Amino acid sequence: MSLLSRDLSPITRRRLAVFRGNRRARVSLWLFAVLFVVSLVAELIANDRPIVMQYLGEWYVPVLVDYPDTEFGGFLPSPADYRDPFIRDEIMANGWMLWPPIPFSYETLDRALDHPAPSPPTTRHWLGTDDQGRDVLARVIYGFRLSVIFALVLTAGSLVLGVLAGGIQGYFGGKVDLIGQRVTEIWSGLPMLFLLIILASLVEPNLWWLLGIMLLFSWLGLVDVVRAEFLRARNLEYVRAARAMGLPSRLIMWRHVLPNAMVATLTFIPFLFTGAITTLTALDFLGFGLPPGSPSLGELVAQGKNNLQAPWLGITAFVTLSVMLSLLVFIGEGLRDAFDPRHIQHAATPTPVPGGRPRSRTDA
Amino acid sequence: MRDARTASLLQVDDLSITFDDVTVVDHLSLTVNRGETLALVGESGSGKSVSALGAMNLLPPNARVEGRRQLGETDLATLTRRGWRGLRGSRVGFVFQEPMTSLNPLHPIGKQIGETLRLHQGLTGKAARARTRELLEQVKLPRAGELMDAWPHQISGGQRQRVMIAMAIANGPELLIADEPTTALDVTVQQEILALLAELRDAHGMGMLFITHDLNLVRRHADRICVLHGGREQETGPVETVFTHPQSDYTRLLLEAEPEGRPAPVARVAPLLRARGVGVSFPRPTRLFSRRPPPFEAVKPLDLYVAPAETLGIVGESGSGKTTLALALLRLGQGSGEIDFDGIRLDKLTGNALRRQRRSLQVVFQDPYGSLSPRLPVFDIVSEGLRFHHPDLANAEIDRRVRATLREVGLPEACASRYPHEFSGGQRQRIAVARAIILEPRLVVLDEPTSALDRSVQKQLVELLRDLQARHRLSYLFISHDLAVVRAMAHRVLVLKDGEVMEQGDCLQVLEHPSSDYTRALVAAAGLSPRT
Repeated sequence: MSLLSRDLSPITRRRLAVFRGNRRARVSLWLFAVLFVVSLVAELIANDRPIVMQYLGEWYVPVLVDYPDTEFGGFLPSPADYRDPFIRDEIMANGWMLWPPIPFSYETLDRALDHPAPSPPTTRHWLGTDDQGRDVLARVIYGFRLSVIFALVLTAGSLVLGVLAGGIQGYFGGKVDLIGQRVTEIWSGLPMLFLLIILASLVEPNLWWLLGIMLLFSWLGLVDVVRAEFLRARNLEYVRAARAMGLPSRLIMWRHVLPNAMVATLTFIPFLFTGAITTLTALDFLGFGLPPGSPSLGELVAQGKNNLQAPWLGITAFVTLSVMLSLLVFIGEGLRDAFDPRHIQHAATPTPVPGGRPRSRTDA
Repeated sequence: MRDARTASLLQVDDLSITFDDVTVVDHLSLTVNRGETLALVGESGSGKSVSALGAMNLLPPNARVEGRRQLGETDLATLTRRGWRGLRGSRVGFVFQEPMTSLNPLHPIGKQIGETLRLHQGLTGKAARARTRELLEQVKLPRAGELMDAWPHQISGGQRQRVMIAMAIANGPELLIADEPTTALDVTVQQEILALLAELRDAHGMGMLFITHDLNLVRRHADRICVLHGGREQETGPVETVFTHPQSDYTRLLLEAEPEGRPAPVARVAPLLRARGVGVSFPRPTRLFSRRPPPFEAVKPLDLYVAPAETLGIVGESGSGKTTLALALLRLGQGSGEIDFDGIRLDKLTGNALRRQRRSLQVVFQDPYGSLSPRLPVFDIVSEGLRFHHPDLANAEIDRRVRATLREVGLPEACASRYPHEFSGGQRQRIAVARAIILEPRLVVLDEPTSALDRSVQKQLVELLRDLQARHRLSYLFISHDLAVVRAMAHRVLVLKDGEVMEQGDCLQVLEHPSSDYTRALVAAAGLSPRT
């Protein structure tokens, strides 16, 4: 973003200071960033194949490369199943394997369960298994990553569409605005969930279908915010001065209006983000979301509801979702306060003066 | 009114006010006597408002006020919270600068006056209403009975200020503090309001503390004057003495700050800009089932011309259509009529052809804080138009031209990398001028370029503009309500009132021998000092 590449203006610095001063938001941001980074390397944490191994003096990296069964003395040309006792004994006899801390992927069925699935938490499955014998912790890690990436892409897409539509309506105003507003109103009247449900019966919904359909609607929330900012800014004197200079509209919008409209937009983003996660979870819960077998938190909620005798499913889903959404809401609040001029004023008062002299705060 | 009652009403000794270790007012002593007006004069940031507010404990809690303050027999420094509440609004009345924001937009004006009556005098119902009406009549609000139930947005700025005054005098205060009471008003209205204040002061035997930056008003409406600079008292004394024999250097500077001189004469040559029948009208909204009312004519069709290196002053009060006319001439707003710029019909151009012409028609706006994008450094602001109109220029050449232009408007070259907020109002206006002249325009529209600046800064800016005109043979369209500045800038003037031309002609001719009543009123209100 051009906002960040420039030298930080004092107001940005003050905003950062306000954000940093908000302890809850700061801690939330750190926690969320750590969780997200950890989930990005989920393959190294929860996987049904070793990270690295040595067999007959040669190195293998199963986490990155598919090796056929025949490589390790099997009979089939299909990818090797490192959990198969035959292959495993063969490899261990002629080398070693380094397994991730959780030796299950999100879709690994554990056939060696000593309980009927869903089985309760044990040292083998820290959060138990779901009703198909898959490790819940592995599914939570992958599900978290999928939800966050889905929300990220959706938010970025909505941002582009929403800023474009709102910016054009607000900057040009008049008839463009009038027609644009009516169209967005009609469009926002369409029920998104029903459309997705109808779609689910027509095509096999995958991640991209879901993303596309949700993108059609999620930008609408941004339009009003951006439009209002552009409407206000187009009559500011520096925008007029830019027009008097003969700059074309696209340059004025990009250089002069957008940076000021971004403030209102940025505060809106965390809430768009949580909205995307919630919608995806709701769809998965109803069974209209991601294809079966995907690591999805919504499906975990549905399993928890269907298997009340296995409370670890419901509790895990609840804790995961509430932690994730709370963290995001706290970050969002921090951002909103940081951009609120009243909070900036308030925070500006107690900061030390550049000279570093102690301040006497006596009432008049 | 300086008879036996002349006794000190407000006595302030060694008043110092500090905000977080920054001293804003430094050992100020002043006295307001009953029945007299003390003018507290200074440029913006001189601490004049702060000292009045500080004396009355109206500052935020991070301010520290020291010194002896006495109102009549009451020692203000020892007053409790409760004591203050009883004092403000009853023994001391306030009139502030911005009449729109000092009135609550959600209550009719009569009710707002009634509220102070109820709080301090316990008047309610019919009695309060009758007293409110009486007060509104005292401040000469027309149709007082009717306007009592009007909302603040339904009355004009001058009328709102009258309502504020009615509120201030409602409880018969001994002291009236008027903080820039007329700055937001037109010059002719200013005189009426100040005459009213003087009349009320005499009728009620009040003392008045009149805070202003406008020396012209002080000379006519104050008895004594106290000049402040940087929080320090410079000089105190009777108005006539201070004006004729100023003691301190600063006062002398302030008195000489009125823009003076005249623009260099121009040769009569073919005009650069010629407008025929240029007018602006806005459609009025239609009511349901009724015919569309005739459009509102913001500017009635008028003719004007500007010659090369000449300045045409456009003079008028707020709402007279000055800015609307300028925007129409620049094709930045709507308008009708023929605009001929150097042989090109501007009104026929659109799109890219118009954008190319914009290079020779530049504009400088009134508000130095709003006209520079806060997120761009000065270099980007000044070079932006150059980059667009001359995409073939190398970076080094752009850099050279920006620096040369900054030097030309009297700014250090080093300021190119700084952001607008680091500059004062006058410096910002210089940046705006630099942005306009770097494109080497032939006509520059100056829309009230000086009205947001202090007098001494105005004078410097006027000199800069005249200098640039002489050097680059620039034509100016100079919009202003301030006749002193217009006299220093313009060759010819055009007087506008409600979108209609009242008078047009040679600047000195119009100002010294106005032919229309309106111009005469304007000139009288401006109180121009005789030309030297």
